[in-house]
Amino acid sequence: MSGIPHDHYEPKTGAEKWLHSRLPVVGLIYDTIMIPTPKNLNWWWIWGIVLAFCLVLQIVTGIILVMHYTPHVDLAFASVEHIMRNVNGGHMIRYVHMNGASLFFVAVYIHIFRGLFYGSYKAPREITWIIGMLIYILMMGTAFMGYVLPWGQMSFWGATVITGLFGAIPLVGEPIQTLLLGGPAVDNATLNRFFSLHYLLPFVIAGLVIVHIWAFHTTGNNNPTGVDVRKGSKEEAEKDTLPFWPYFVIKDFLGLAVVLVVFWAIVGFMPNYLGHPDNYIPANPLVTPAHIVPEWYFLPFYAILRAFTGEVWVVQFASFVTGGIVDAKFFGVLAMFGAIIAMALAPWLDTSSVRSGKYRPQFKWWFLLLVIDFFALMWLGAMPAEEPFATFSLIASTYWFAYFFVILPLLGVIEKPDAMPATIEEDFNAHYGKKSEATPAE
Amino acid sequence: MFKKLVTGAAFALALIPAASFAAGGGEQHIEDFQFSFEGPFGSFDQNQLQRGLQIYTEVCSACHGLELVPIRTLADEGGPQLPEDQVRAYASDNFSVYDAELDDDRPAKPTDNFPGSALETAPDLSLMAKARAGFHGPYGLGINQIVKGMGGAEYIASLLSGYTGETKEEAGTTFYENKAFPGGWIAMAPPLSDEQVEFIDGHANDLHHLSEDISAFLMWTAEPKMMDRKQAGLVGVLFLILLSVLLYLTNKRLWAPHKGKKLH
Repeated sequence: MSGIPHDHYEPKTGAEKWLHSRLPVVGLIYDTIMIPTPKNLNWWWIWGIVLAFCLVLQIVTGIILVMHYTPHVDLAFASVEHIMRNVNGGHMIRYVHMNGASLFFVAVYIHIFRGLFYGSYKAPREITWIIGMLIYILMMGTAFMGYVLPWGQMSFWGATVITGLFGAIPLVGEPIQTLLLGGPAVDNATLNRFFSLHYLLPFVIAGLVIVHIWAFHTTGNNNPTGVDVRKGSKEEAEKDTLPFWPYFVIKDFLGLAVVLVVFWAIVGFMPNYLGHPDNYIPANPLVTPAHIVPEWYFLPFYAILRAFTGEVWVVQFASFVTGGIVDAKFFGVLAMFGAIIAMALAPWLDTSSVRSGKYRPQFKWWFLLLVIDFFALMWLGAMPAEEPFATFSLIASTYWFAYFFVILPLLGVIEKPDAMPATIEEDFNAHYGKKSEATPAE
Repeated sequence: MFKKLVTGAAFALALIPAASFAAGGGEQHIEDFQFSFEGPFGSFDQNQLQRGLQIYTEVCSACHGLELVPIRTLADEGGPQLPEDQVRAYASDNFSVYDAELDDDRPAKPTDNFPGSALETAPDLSLMAKARAGFHGPYGLGINQIVKGMGGAEYIASLLSGYTGETKEEAGTTFYENKAFPGGWIAMAPPLSDEQVEFIDGHANDLHHLSEDISAFLMWTAEPKMMDRKQAGLVGVLFLILLSVLLYLTNKRLWAPHKGKKLH
């Protein structure tokens, strides 16, 4: 299914031919794992495999947890503790699932920023990018609902705060919030529908992952130079590429194994490090925790949500223009979702004809600033809503939008790109030498 | 190539501690007790857990419950590890539970959980050591939580030995000044004092030691599988390092024919 010319599966034996003429499933698998892949991919390209691993890990551990969990406000908290104490290996499965969510987000953020730097979102990979953003949004929904299931204090109050955001939408907000909650407040109905959706969405994600892979298998992978694979003939393409199996499978598994060393150390030695202690207190609608803090992976967008208060002139202006429909709360919600939509629009906001940030002398620095900005927002999202954090949040949020809506469109016009290698082969040889000159290994 | 891999891993690591900032708990004074279960290889001290159980039974259980903890786990390896007949005697001597089939109370059995709190305002203690963070490590001070842990046990021990002796009355309730409690004033009267509990083996029973022992016990009730977890962690990490090395060598050999001399 790849646009790059390569050998296809040829059924040889009678049985293979019989099957192939009826259902070409072996051919589909063969073409998928033998896809010609640019041979100059660097280590930032391993995170796709890490993500696929995470999805499988979360689904498998999740299905086991469901066998012992009870989605009811009176029983949920105790059933999680039942898993931790009485189910064989339950404590490890639960800790893996809990920290697996964090690994999932570490991987997805690196994967997204890799795409942003190397211009993986640009033509012809816009569909891959958009599907990826949809997956990311579903991941956030799934993770949020999963965090509610243990029915601890942060579960309950996190659910209250986040569903409250939808209530900020004018006119339709309150009906939407009621629909999400299954009633006027966070209660048993909320827990049950979150449980149902938390089970459903991962399979929707799995479906989208297939489309995501299908899309980039059609266009071929991007690569660190952003230069296209030569597609004139099979011989030409083979100079730029190597088949995914075994070259990239082994390489990606190496990356995955190293990542898992760190992951497993966290699960084994400090599994509650990334969580919040308050979630070991059963949910109590009558006691509000001193600080309601979302999980770390939501913090950057939580910071953007809180940055736009009623004192900011843009907010006052928006409120004035819309006759008060867009108030500070709704503006914050718009900004938070807008920050994600801005990323999704990157293919059309970036005017540069050069794909890879490697050959864009000015872009590099703006991109670095975006990465710093992301970490700054993450930090600010956890800080109390007071000065000086409020001002910092506003500056950091502004940069996030400026990067996508001002810097990306302008840079393409004013920037003079550096010289690029003509082919992927040239780039690869510049790093590793020509094959013909190669001295025998070891 | 390997350098880049390390950079990648370092980046992944950098994401993690940057992550869990949260607001700290004010002007608390948490003493850094040295518990035997700290660090990747630390384990519970069986004798200390048994002393802690005694303190819980004689003092804490008057008000506080442990309703998530099955009594039979007192016999589990790595815990207080009481002999099974002692667990049976402990359950029936100390607690009675309501039995729906009998429609009456009966002496507790090892298969029952500890009872819930006897006093409505007293929180259940099953998970207390995980529900409180003594050290706001990643929140305020970067990564020191990796070394010190969450400090839930330290928090409890500091709280129990942190009463200053000052009291005040507010709306008919007496509050006691405490150096470890957020806000400084707690409604619980000082529960422990020097020599309040006598141990058969004559172990030190000053306030400091009692606080430490009960906190270790509560760490066990909150995280009874800690030893299993750390062992799984160690075995897993070693196995994954071995796997990484093997994959590194495989990958190197696999790619070698396609790479020439490295130019830089």
